[in-house]
Amino acid sequence: MNPIKTFSKGGVHPEENKLSANQPIQDFPMPKQIIVPLGQCLGAPAECIVKKGDRVLTGQLIGTAKGFVSANVHSPATGTVAKVDVVMDHTGYYKPAVFIDREDQDEWAEGIINTDELLTDIKLDSKQIIDKVKECGIVGMGGATFPTHVKLMVPEGKKAEYIIINAAECEPYLTCDFRLLLEKTQEFLIGVKILMKAVNVDKGIIGIEANKMEAIELLDKTINEHRDLYKGIEVQPLKTKYPQGGEKQLIKAVTGREVPSGKLPIETGCVVVNVASTYAIYEAVQKNKPLIERIVTVTGKSVKKPGNFRVRFGTPADLLIEAAGGLPEGITDVINGGPMMGKSVSVTNFPCIKGTSGILLMTIDEAQDRRVTNCIRCGRCAMACPMGLQPFLLHKIAKHNDFDETEKNHIMDCIECGSCEFTCPANIPLLDYIRYGKAKTGAIIRARNQK
Amino acid sequence: MNKYTISGSPHVHSSENTQKIMYRVLLALVPALLVAIYYFGWYALRLTLVSVAACMLTEWLIQKFLIKGPLTINDGSAALTGLLLAFNVPANLPIWMVIVGSIIAIGVGKMAFGGLGKNPFNPALVGRVFMLVSFPTAMTTWPQAQPIFEKGFFADAVTGPTPLGILKEAGVGSLAEAGDMQFLDMILGNRGGAFGEVCAIALLIGAIYLLCRKVIDIWTPLSILLTVFVFTGICYLVDPTQYIAPLYHLVYGGLILGAFFMATDMVTSPMTIRGKILFGFGIGVITVVIRLWGAYPEGVSFAILIMNALTPLINKAFKPQVFGVVKPSKK
Amino acid sequence: MSNTLLISLAVLGILGGVLAVILYFVAQKFKVEESPMIDEVEALLPGANCGGCGFAGCRALAEACVKQAAEKGNLDGLACPGSDMSKVGKILGLVTAAAEPKIAVVRCNGSCKNSPSKVHYEGADICAFANTLYAGEGGCSKGCLGLGDCVKACKFDAIHIDTETGLPVVDPDKCTSCGICAKTCPRGIIEIRPRGKKDRRVYVCCVNTDKGALVMKNCTVGCIGCQKCLKECPFEAIEMRGNLAYIDPAKCKACGKCVKVCPRGSIHAINFPAPKPEGPINDPKPLQGAEKAKPVPAVETTANPVEVKTEVQPENTVTA
Repeated sequence: MNPIKTFSKGGVHPEENKLSANQPIQDFPMPKQIIVPLGQCLGAPAECIVKKGDRVLTGQLIGTAKGFVSANVHSPATGTVAKVDVVMDHTGYYKPAVFIDREDQDEWAEGIINTDELLTDIKLDSKQIIDKVKECGIVGMGGATFPTHVKLMVPEGKKAEYIIINAAECEPYLTCDFRLLLEKTQEFLIGVKILMKAVNVDKGIIGIEANKMEAIELLDKTINEHRDLYKGIEVQPLKTKYPQGGEKQLIKAVTGREVPSGKLPIETGCVVVNVASTYAIYEAVQKNKPLIERIVTVTGKSVKKPGNFRVRFGTPADLLIEAAGGLPEGITDVINGGPMMGKSVSVTNFPCIKGTSGILLMTIDEAQDRRVTNCIRCGRCAMACPMGLQPFLLHKIAKHNDFDETEKNHIMDCIECGSCEFTCPANIPLLDYIRYGKAKTGAIIRARNQK
Repeated sequence: MNKYTISGSPHVHSSENTQKIMYRVLLALVPALLVAIYYFGWYALRLTLVSVAACMLTEWLIQKFLIKGPLTINDGSAALTGLLLAFNVPANLPIWMVIVGSIIAIGVGKMAFGGLGKNPFNPALVGRVFMLVSFPTAMTTWPQAQPIFEKGFFADAVTGPTPLGILKEAGVGSLAEAGDMQFLDMILGNRGGAFGEVCAIALLIGAIYLLCRKVIDIWTPLSILLTVFVFTGICYLVDPTQYIAPLYHLVYGGLILGAFFMATDMVTSPMTIRGKILFGFGIGVITVVIRLWGAYPEGVSFAILIMNALTPLINKAFKPQVFGVVKPSKK
Repeated sequence: MSNTLLISLAVLGILGGVLAVILYFVAQKFKVEESPMIDEVEALLPGANCGGCGFAGCRALAEACVKQAAEKGNLDGLACPGSDMSKVGKILGLVTAAAEPKIAVVRCNGSCKNSPSKVHYEGADICAFANTLYAGEGGCSKGCLGLGDCVKACKFDAIHIDTETGLPVVDPDKCTSCGICAKTCPRGIIEIRPRGKKDRRVYVCCVNTDKGALVMKNCTVGCIGCQKCLKECPFEAIEMRGNLAYIDPAKCKACGKCVKVCPRGSIHAINFPAPKPEGPINDPKPLQGAEKAKPVPAVETTANPVEVKTEVQPENTVTA
């Protein structure tokens, strides 16, 4: 095992609470009707290409990517399109979606290999792989849902040196990536090989936090057993510290390189891909299977049966909560994602999509008291900031709408990890203000650049 | 059905809060208070209670009737100011003076700037320096330590000089003659002085607790103590007859109390490690200069207040290094 | 002793004299020639530097007015929304028609009662941020978030959040229609509309373009796009924007017919007299807006409602 590495600046260590770590992945049965939102990635929502009454097969394309940063959407089930309408997403906003009345039997679209057989030969070349990733609508499944094919297209004049797999899973509570690593080890490793071929590098590093010893050992063992097959793949244990899975922090920890301010990770020769996305790429490239399902962790301290479920997109989240033992008493916070970067949920019947890594149910005790008091200038936020920013200062100037100052103080470098707010003894919603300032400052910068 | 809470991430928070921090500092000062009661009896207890009560009452009155804002009296910060203020005065000080000091400390030192977190100066020190300037005689007439088991709880105070006072008045030789150079007495607190500062051991126990609880970090106090040690050490080496050994400077006066409990006040000290080291260095230098060549025998309070004033500048000068930003080379 | 006094006095006196002379010459040398009219014009402007005119501040507008008046002899395109430009014209020797007085209108009535809250928001009091987090406490994704970005933006202290309804209320006496609130609102709820004749105006108090069924789910007073008002309007002043009716202020004659037919009470009529007893007594939704827009007249209208209501003449309010 390699020695444990970490990033240098800041970071916090919230309670890990990996309650569902020992729960094997269960296939979740689909409901009668599934609702597939067309906007499942960062960027523009897909354009619907089916209409009411159409019969769609499992894995059939139903929405095409619109614009550069956008991803295709496929039907997660076989059935008839009931309507193309709007559905309330987790925030309570209405978003366009395809409603599909499901048939009981899955009928897979043409060309999809639906077997569990491990296919180790990579037949496609670099360009074909990227095209396939694009075609299958694969996005970053850690939560940000950035289209993966855009990441894999190394810009002119830049050279990739490493594929880094983000298996840190630094978010407390979540265990979906961990379970995937344990149960689909070989498939995952082939996925890493495919990625290495796609960006044309001979080194793939799997960065993984040291609290997942089981996965580290299993990966090490598998790589050693098939040394020829997995040549160039390395497992790098990382210290259990949040935000170890932040793209820039991960690159820093693994390679010691710092992504320059305002630049993309490719500047350091690294391409970072999430575990679930890597597995999805394996499925896409080897089996021609588009992204139609993912592992979702349903968890929380008061949840009766926390678990990891393989969920087809479009399944309403409240069914998952039912399966995990129902909504416990006194739940005040329902989070889509992990507790540090997840999003608050207004309604629990939102459909699961590509970025739904977990559904976290918390009571007021878990979420902690949020009574805001005066800033006592303790500087803990600045100590915790992994980007070396001064959150207390950004909070103040963003509050006063002084966007020249926010820009000067590098507000655009904030990765919104929430370490500052986590550690603040005065419970000031620092990140709220910083996000606001970041949005405004970003708009000003864009407007200026367009001139 | 209860309503779900909508909030921006993160949705979990550390269990730390301001109140806990304040109470931990208060707890850390309890050993020193007990020692003070042991040596100064009723006077110390009475003064502490009055000072804490006066500070809390002042803050409550101002919040209730002047600011008309939320009442934050139980966050412990006013009580802490009161305790630190009491620790910095002679035990036999008239009660009304402490009350005046408390009102100034909270009213001028803290609430005038907008309350907790907004004051540029340490409120307890503002109160203390105000009293020192206004009532110079009372504030520099120090009672001697007399253990309550020998003299009783209500024993009358016997005033006498502090070690630093002797140094200032009569020089190093006289201190040695008077036999006040017993190092053990110094660190146990069996000496004259402000009743909170006398026992270095008790203060260090509290400081270690705070360090373990991560309420304070080591940089500021370490920097202060090192600076004082090195600076007075140099003076000692230059002329041992004129200057006293550096170790004594560390335990005399209010240096330990100041370094661990007042210079580390979060509100008025810099935020970055480099800033804290510079801050401590400044306090150390000013303290020694006042002690050796100034008009007052002790200079910790003034040193901290002066550096408090410079804190915003230090914060501006020593910003943390931003990730991925390479400092433009000066060439 | 007296010597010292005399010397100090003399030294200071001479110093003062010399400096005064120097200052005088410096002031002469660096004097900027400026039309005194700029000051006069500026005095007529509100002085809040709100930026509603498109200039950096009131003085900038005043300078532009004086310059344009001298060069082109008109004030076209220069207008302070908060003051009477005809007075400015008078100073500059021009005859200008007074601009139509306008006012900010909050087009959402999703109060705590009409759109009961389903979730509970905890975080920064910034609408622009909350807008990115969720649809709103009441569930309406187009409605007012009630965190008061408009209140903070207003330079004239003319808009406040009503603690009972949780919605912003515009103070007609203070509003200068500078439009900063409309620009600030992340959901575009606030619109600058003409105050109307006798300060009477009719508008649709909703901006939700969603289908009727979705609106009904969250709010009892939102526009559902039934188009009844559209058919009723004798002046063709109402148009549909998605599933939302919009009253064009240029065509609206404030007849108030649409108010009566609206099944949801979404159309508000401001400063209209309360319905007379012999009027449409059986109408289920009589003139919603009349009683809510101005709390004061509603109480005082016992004797002669029409007179009291119309006492706030546009001319009086705008030039204040």
